[in-house]
Amino acid sequence: MATQTLQSVPAELTPEQLEEAARHEAEGQAYFDRVMAEDSRIEPRDWMPAAYRKTLIRQISQHAHSEIIGMQPEANWISRAPSLKRKAILMAKVQDEAGHGLYLYSAAETLGQPRDQMMQDLMDGKAKYSSIFNYPARTWADMGAIGWMVDGAAIANQVPLCRASFGPYGRAMVRVCKEESFHQRQGFEILLELSHGTPEQKQMAQEAVNRWYAPALMMFGPPDDDSPNSKQSMAWNIKRFSNDELRNRFVGMMMEQVKVLDLTLPDKDIRFNEETKKWEHGPLDWDEFHEVLKGRGPCNAQRLERRREAHENGTWVREAAAAYARKQAEKESAA
Amino acid sequence: MSPETPAGNVWPIWEVFVRSSRGLSHVHAGSLHAPDAAMALRNARDLYTRRNEGVSIWVVPADAIASSDPDAKGAFFESPQGKDYRHATYYTKSEGVKHL
Amino acid sequence: MSTSPATTEETGGHGDISVGVTTAGTSGDATASATRITPGNALRPEDIALAVSRGTAKPTEDVAEFALRLGDDALILAQRLGHWISRAPELEEDIALGNIALDQLGHARSFLSYAGGLNGKSEDDLAYFRSEDEFRSVELFEQPNGDFAVTIARQFVVSYYQFELYSRLTHSTDATLAGIAAKAVKEVDYHRDHSAQWVLRLALGTDESRRKMIHGFKVIWPYVDELFADDELTARLAAAGAAVEPSSLRADFDRLTGEVLAEAELEVPQVPAALGGGRRGKHSEHLGYMLAEMQVLARQHPGASW
Repeated sequence: MATQTLQSVPAELTPEQLEEAARHEAEGQAYFDRVMAEDSRIEPRDWMPAAYRKTLIRQISQHAHSEIIGMQPEANWISRAPSLKRKAILMAKVQDEAGHGLYLYSAAETLGQPRDQMMQDLMDGKAKYSSIFNYPARTWADMGAIGWMVDGAAIANQVPLCRASFGPYGRAMVRVCKEESFHQRQGFEILLELSHGTPEQKQMAQEAVNRWYAPALMMFGPPDDDSPNSKQSMAWNIKRFSNDELRNRFVGMMMEQVKVLDLTLPDKDIRFNEETKKWEHGPLDWDEFHEVLKGRGPCNAQRLERRREAHENGTWVREAAAAYARKQAEKESAA
Repeated sequence: MSPETPAGNVWPIWEVFVRSSRGLSHVHAGSLHAPDAAMALRNARDLYTRRNEGVSIWVVPADAIASSDPDAKGAFFESPQGKDYRHATYYTKSEGVKHL
Repeated sequence: MSTSPATTEETGGHGDISVGVTTAGTSGDATASATRITPGNALRPEDIALAVSRGTAKPTEDVAEFALRLGDDALILAQRLGHWISRAPELEEDIALGNIALDQLGHARSFLSYAGGLNGKSEDDLAYFRSEDEFRSVELFEQPNGDFAVTIARQFVVSYYQFELYSRLTHSTDATLAGIAAKAVKEVDYHRDHSAQWVLRLALGTDESRRKMIHGFKVIWPYVDELFADDELTARLAAAGAAVEPSSLRADFDRLTGEVLAEAELEVPQVPAALGGGRRGKHSEHLGYMLAEMQVLARQHPGASW
């Protein structure tokens, strides 16, 4: 269920109570360890280590924020979509992203973190979201590149998350993955149409692929030797594959698909390593990644301002609906 | 029925149950926020049945759900374990007899 | 059915990343059924376009002009509503307004595809390559979103009007118009409910929301009369049984909107009606900007395919 009280230890405890609390912790830990060993699932009201809870709240809320902020670069093109069919598809996709944010916030709420608090953290700049959404969507072809590469990378990340050890997160991801099945395809088809169109259209497509390639690869997170939290997340069965594993696999998939598009990836160092049986790619600019993460990307300020604006403009509406509900409830109880 | 009166501009949480087609049970689909039951139903329709997932929806205030204590798993769910005689597979001698 | 194969398959070519949700404690049959998705079965804009291109559906000149009017109304409204997605008062409302925008866009595409059947034009030819004075939408639809109350006021008027219109068009002697209306009327019925729910909440919620709702109706109401204006085209279509005179919708519109307004303790605003002229291509100042934005990319690449 969506809410539950956080476990907390009262300040003053008798020795007996302390002993009881310690026993409860030990039993909880043993149960949790068994669940992890069996690769089973933890549900909201189960005992869980405080760090596990904290990690999940952080990861799931960041994931939710990414969906909500991620609506903006694409919403930017709804009004200018070049055909009515594309307009409908884009509207449905951006709307889906609001839905995905909602599913994820709900999953985080089962851990005791209210949605309005998460939203506040986002607007205060305290919470992170996927830094790729701080890049601008400059041309229509970006709708293709975002769908194909950004959603492609997201899906590669999300499919293993359907098996995350925390039940509500896994279930949210199952729903998200099902719905996103069209997101990547529509992006691919936008690029396909452009690359087989006029020379200007093809150039637009290639430039978009060039712009989004590196940020898309960086969506998998820092390299394994620079990713301090990854090991613990894998031990907790939240993460199933390392950042580099997922990234390399994704590069391999894109190499195949880019041929169908008759476009190229802006990386001369991509190759399949016969010894390791893994795809390799050229160096990525991690300094830029960290700069954007710290808020110095081209659109950080714009994205947060837009979210704040929507939230603040909606305050009186949310208040009105809440007030109406109160009045109706009073009427009902008086009747 | 309605949940705890919403204060300020924060709407309470509702749990959503969707019947995917006639003849099947309502199944928990997820949750959402809404100011009251009427809007919770509509929000559930908009959020959880965008792709023909359902023909009927229930919404329940999250607060209204009582749930079994996860710490009492043993006591609560031990009893049916081992009672094989509640299952048809326990009765092997009648195997092969028609229409039984 | 287990969720795992469906998930891997449906994520479009990532089947090599195994999901394998098989252990206890994960979603079983029950959840799978709550997330089962299907495209459904309804008359789509593509079906109309196909029927038109095959010659199995062809509008008369009058019907084409009428379809153009309704298509433009719905298109301009969808363009306005689309702006709300990512800007709504709450995430749940982003989704609600998104659904309404998508419904309207669907109706627009169907009507325009049919209208284009008269002289071999596609929905996109009509949407992207006509100028302002060639659009046939009435001025209500191009009114700016304003705040949420203005949008709800516009939505309330539009959906009660469209419901009455489409209900009657389901009996049109023109089978395609009747078909489009049969699909649209059910969707617009929900739009009525959505807007009525919000009119009640905004009007009876807080002092501030009540003030804004009253203001919203005041801003929108001057454009109500134009919806119900008859002209020579509607007279001919009504005589032929293909459509109805817009004025014939007014009594039901007034009665049903009046019931909601009374419950919301609101009065019909006493404001002078705008002259209008959208059906003859005479628009307010807003439409030009909307079209400039909507058409800019398509016009940069005439003849291109997207």
